[in-house]
Amino acid sequence: MRSTQLVLQALLAAGLLAALWWLLDVTAANMAERGIRSGFDFLREPAGFAIGESLLPFDSGDSTLMALAAGLANTLRVALPAILISTLLGTLIGLGRLSTNLLLRGLCAAYVETLRNVPLLLQLLAWYFVVTDLLPLASEALQLTPHVFLSKSGLALPWPGGDSGLFDLPLRGEMGIVGGAALTPEFLALLLGLSLYTAAYVAETVRAGIQAVPRGQSDAALALGLTRVQLFRHVLLPQALRSIIPPLTNQHLSLTKNASLAVAIGYPDLVSVANTTLNQTGRATECIALIMAVYLILSLLTAWLSAWLERRSGRWAERS
Amino acid sequence: MRFPNIARHWPAIIALLMLLLHLAPAHAGKTLDQIRQRAQLVCGVSTGVIGFSSADSQGRWNGLDVDICRAIAAAVLNDPNKVKYVPLNAQQRFTALQSGEVDLLSRNTTWTLTRDASLGLQFTAITYYDGQGFLVPKKLKITSAKQLKNAEICVQSGTTTEKNLSDWFKAQGIKIKPVVFEKFEASIKAFFSGRCQAYTTDASALAFIRSKEAPQPDDYVVLPELISKEPLGPVVRRGDDEWFAIVKWVIFALVEAEEYGITQANLEQMKAGTDPAIQRLLGSAEDTGKLLGLERDWAARAVKAVGNYGEIFQRNVGSASPLKLPRGVNALWNKGGLMYAPPVR
Repeated sequence: MRSTQLVLQALLAAGLLAALWWLLDVTAANMAERGIRSGFDFLREPAGFAIGESLLPFDSGDSTLMALAAGLANTLRVALPAILISTLLGTLIGLGRLSTNLLLRGLCAAYVETLRNVPLLLQLLAWYFVVTDLLPLASEALQLTPHVFLSKSGLALPWPGGDSGLFDLPLRGEMGIVGGAALTPEFLALLLGLSLYTAAYVAETVRAGIQAVPRGQSDAALALGLTRVQLFRHVLLPQALRSIIPPLTNQHLSLTKNASLAVAIGYPDLVSVANTTLNQTGRATECIALIMAVYLILSLLTAWLSAWLERRSGRWAERS
Repeated sequence: MRFPNIARHWPAIIALLMLLLHLAPAHAGKTLDQIRQRAQLVCGVSTGVIGFSSADSQGRWNGLDVDICRAIAAAVLNDPNKVKYVPLNAQQRFTALQSGEVDLLSRNTTWTLTRDASLGLQFTAITYYDGQGFLVPKKLKITSAKQLKNAEICVQSGTTTEKNLSDWFKAQGIKIKPVVFEKFEASIKAFFSGRCQAYTTDASALAFIRSKEAPQPDDYVVLPELISKEPLGPVVRRGDDEWFAIVKWVIFALVEAEEYGITQANLEQMKAGTDPAIQRLLGSAEDTGKLLGLERDWAARAVKAVGNYGEIFQRNVGSASPLKLPRGVNALWNKGGLMYAPPVR
């Protein structure tokens, strides 16, 4: 019985591989026949376009591969802080929904229902246009403290490094603020939008996880004379974490993938840079394949990290 | 909204799959046969560029690029209305043509070496000579693009624009920051809300953006510099020389009709005239159509459907349109412009 299954599975795997190979072969043959250049050689060519803001130093003369790397760095630059913020905020709201305070419970429920039921793209556009409409023009930037400016060009901050001295200081220039590090409105709107939206889902995950711990556990703990904090720390949380972590990972994955909506509000993330590359080089198949591969790798990494966390939380639960 | 990033790419992915699975090889004459068989020309156009291709409130497409499609449909199928318009965004357009989803891409597309030589496509002829320019708020008191040092410049992605921008400012030794938006509307909204100090796109669009989209047109000014050459024209797939020739020569015929003064209105009179060149073009003397695989009055049908090139220009982007663009370099070669058609003979 076992060997039949093994053979069947091997056959299925071989079939899948053959289908994949056939697809690739047909693609390559068709493209060659139509005189469409293919291959990944364009990655070494100069990109030829600039990227508005980049964590990695990038110039239009650098290779396309560098441009895509800068795009990926920008995706992570917004996704990682957003994961942190949404998890913290979501946990607080999730706990708020379990509160005995009626007002707090109502507010948290309203937050979850509103944020969850408005499409993320609309939320991002709303945040973006609110941010850009409210702030003053770059030429009339608000000076918050010396060398910290707030305007439509974003929040300009002193940043270590620069040509002169220890810090690169933002200063008023003809076109607005020059120098320093800027958190652009695109970045801020994306960070805000992604964090707040995902926090609503995280809140539900946390609430459900805690409610999944059998009622008898709390009753027993309270009967033993544990305080509410002790009950939470030693009884509820360790058990709830096991059911929270897998769906929480899904939320983090969604958040990273949702970061690709950046292109709608002008933030140069991986998809935005890959879109531009696709257009400059015309290598549609290659660019789409690259985007898919990168998101796949990000997802697998996150899943692997989550599995590791799950094992750890399991051990933690046994210890406590 | 769980997987918006995938959902947004569906059209591109579907076009890609069509390309991957399209097994039949291309052979000469296939496109024309297919068009005749289905009695319809499938034309790839933009998702909305006023003056070039945009749909009105009744869903009717019009514009300069659309009129080229209509002229070709008239020449091939004897009916300018037998066209199906497929709106394509900048990312989808080449894949849609490569995969055979459209017969022709008439979508303000710039002719460049990379596109002509590596995409399995061929540019046919130039229907509009454009160039990239800048729109800035008057209050910045800028008179030249060279003063845009450290400026943030709003731009729509998926065009040649981003590369030109970076090339030109690099050559000038000036640093700028592009803010790249996927959608035209978002890029315009961001610029007029003051997010950027300048907006850049093709000059033909800047005039329209200033007059129609600006809250106060007088508060904005188009800078004099054009930083690039943007020759726009229809594109076809490689490997079908017959279809390539038809598209090219219909455009040439429209330009030549203007040169000879043949208009939509005087077409019948001209047909009955005595000028041999006009007789040849309109098919009343010689049969040039059979060389292209078309009927003898192919050029006359095209002019009857949409008028000559000058009429197409005036109606869609020129003085009779909301854009009010001057003819400039798009005038005929004998009137100081660049529009020159090889002779139909």
